[in-house]
Amino acid sequence: MSGHSTYEPKTGFERWLDTRLPIIRFMKDTALDFPTPKNLNYWWTFGGILALMLGIQIVTGVVLAMHYIPNAAMAFDSVERIRRDVNYGWLIQFMHANGASMFFLAVYVHMFRNLYYGSYKAPREVLWILGCVIYLLMMATAFLGYVLPWGQMSFHGAVVITNLLGALPVVGPAITKLLWGGFAVDNPTLNRFFSLHYLMPFVIAGVVILHIWALHVPGNNNPTGVNVKSPKDTVPFHPYYTVKDGFAISVFLLMYGVFVFYMPDSLGDAINYVPANPLQTPPEIVPEWYLLPFYAILRAVPDKLMGVLLMFSAIAVLFVLPWLDTSKVRSMRYRPTARLYLAIFLLACLVLGYCGAHPPDQAIVGEPSGFILMDSDINSITWLSRIGALYYFAYFLLVMPILGLTEKPLPVPESISEPVLSHPAGAPAGATASPEKRG
Amino acid sequence: MLRKGIALAALGLSLVVAAPAASAAEQKPVMKHLEWSFQGPFGKFDTAQLQRGYKVYREVCSSCHSMNLMHFRNLGQPGGPFYDPEYKNPNDNPYVKALAKDIQVNDIDTETGDTIQRPATPADKFPAPFPNEYAARASNGGALPPDLSVIVKARAGGPNYIYSLMTGYKAPPAGLKINPGQNYNQSFAGDLTPFWSGDHHKVPVGGFIAMPPPLAPDKVTFDDGSPSTVEQQAKDVAAFLAWASEPKQMERKQFGLGAMIYLLIFSVLLYFSYRRIWRNVEH
Repeated sequence: MSGHSTYEPKTGFERWLDTRLPIIRFMKDTALDFPTPKNLNYWWTFGGILALMLGIQIVTGVVLAMHYIPNAAMAFDSVERIRRDVNYGWLIQFMHANGASMFFLAVYVHMFRNLYYGSYKAPREVLWILGCVIYLLMMATAFLGYVLPWGQMSFHGAVVITNLLGALPVVGPAITKLLWGGFAVDNPTLNRFFSLHYLMPFVIAGVVILHIWALHVPGNNNPTGVNVKSPKDTVPFHPYYTVKDGFAISVFLLMYGVFVFYMPDSLGDAINYVPANPLQTPPEIVPEWYLLPFYAILRAVPDKLMGVLLMFSAIAVLFVLPWLDTSKVRSMRYRPTARLYLAIFLLACLVLGYCGAHPPDQAIVGEPSGFILMDSDINSITWLSRIGALYYFAYFLLVMPILGLTEKPLPVPESISEPVLSHPAGAPAGATASPEKRG
Repeated sequence: MLRKGIALAALGLSLVVAAPAASAAEQKPVMKHLEWSFQGPFGKFDTAQLQRGYKVYREVCSSCHSMNLMHFRNLGQPGGPFYDPEYKNPNDNPYVKALAKDIQVNDIDTETGDTIQRPATPADKFPAPFPNEYAARASNGGALPPDLSVIVKARAGGPNYIYSLMTGYKAPPAGLKINPGQNYNQSFAGDLTPFWSGDHHKVPVGGFIAMPPPLAPDKVTFDDGSPSTVEQQAKDVAAFLAWASEPKQMERKQFGLGAMIYLLIFSVLLYFSYRRIWRNVEH
């Protein structure tokens, strides 16, 4: 934490309050004066972006709930009525629907930044685990929310996902029946999904508070991965990072605006504009883009239960990541080999996402080979998913533990200030003529 | 060097993975791509086209297809086909009132409780052509004509798909067996292999649709004197359905322009604030 507090109550009321509930002191120490490494780059702005996205989703969601009707016969039309007849309903609804995608985009950047700079390592393991809990809750919330418009993909997506849980031994059928509120996805399912979709964001907000608390105990990691050694390594959070985060948030909102105002349906599936019809299954059931890699892992396994377990393992493995990475060096700036494996990991995630969006039997190149291995043609999306899934797990379970012990990292700077101050020595003459102009 | 090699190999692999997505395109139904006045961030609906499109819907489509999310008042709201700035409240728009009056809707007589028919008002919904799904199927050889309120959003390709489908009724190629009540359309999704007796590698694209060709030359008389060809009718009705799928989309784009300009200026100001605040920090 920030050590001693610099807050001095000025008025009588502040002194009175400070001895009873030192909330102003707390806010000043954590949100304004908090010493933050001075070398954080733009990848660190996504924490602030995520906090804003959570706020936008909650505010727009609360307004939508005033107009939405959680009834199987009326839900679809009520969403359309919000867009057509509610004042600025189109804005609120498109912000909420596209906001989910933006939220996930930001969380993926935030997580990859973590992987690259080793922010999950000691002493930030709990911080990372809380982040994983938030991510898990986000996925549940997004899935529940996607069901609410009660279109074809909403309905059949709900059928597929709830049936997955049914594959679990012993408890599976009971969980499924509890989720359905009956013997099939129907009106009771929609009602409880709406209730839970309203609840979850507040649970997320609670875990976010813990996440920020856990951040403020060790303080921020930074691009060098070196611990803060002296006060000259840091700047107060305000105004230095409020303005930097503010700029990044504004640019992020510009991109968000492009989706909301000019292509609000581009991230969704056209078939979800067809009202839910239990008797007609769409030719292809595909989740939203942010869940596609996990969907691909699920379908890569011929056995349903094993597929479900592997899919959950893909998220579970994140929780133990701090103990799988054996490297003493945090930042991959000084781990060139690890950087390469991480790049392949990113590629594997994109390939899995591609696989999740395409039919499993589709050939990757030209015609199917006719050579069947483990129930699938070797030239099929299924086998590509298997290769992607294999690398996904190998990265965490093999590459991370072994590489940390065998690689030879580059020399790590003594402190955060050292590489900054040593710039002029290594730089060509004249490069330091106007240091204040460097970004 | 080795690392670069592996990185290049990884990049190459990703290209190999991505490329067949385009090349492995199978036989897809014909999709014609048109220029629409309302596409792009600054696109606007052509009011005359929307009026013609409404006439096509009213005189042709509405005999089988409902538009349950549409009210007559929508026709007179800002951005709608019959918007008149003099009548801010579309319920007062005399043209919309006159259009509604020509159409009978069901109601309940509050004196007797009997079901009656009365002329529609702007506040009424477009009446559905069939009382329920079973009646709709019974009148259409078992097929259900879909509601057209959001049809442009509900089909991949949007207005291009509607246009392609409307103009996709071609003479079936020789060797294609067509069952009674079915029509060949080159833009409808389907697999014609079981009905094709010709070369296996040349199965015609398209599918069978229960709807007979709805449009014909001069089937609708346009009040503005536009030539009433099938292409013109198809284009106009597709534009009308695109408007109906999201009547507020002009408002969305206009609002968006202001919001984007605001955010852009705000971003620039924040950037210079950032540079100024950080000017004395070496980082």
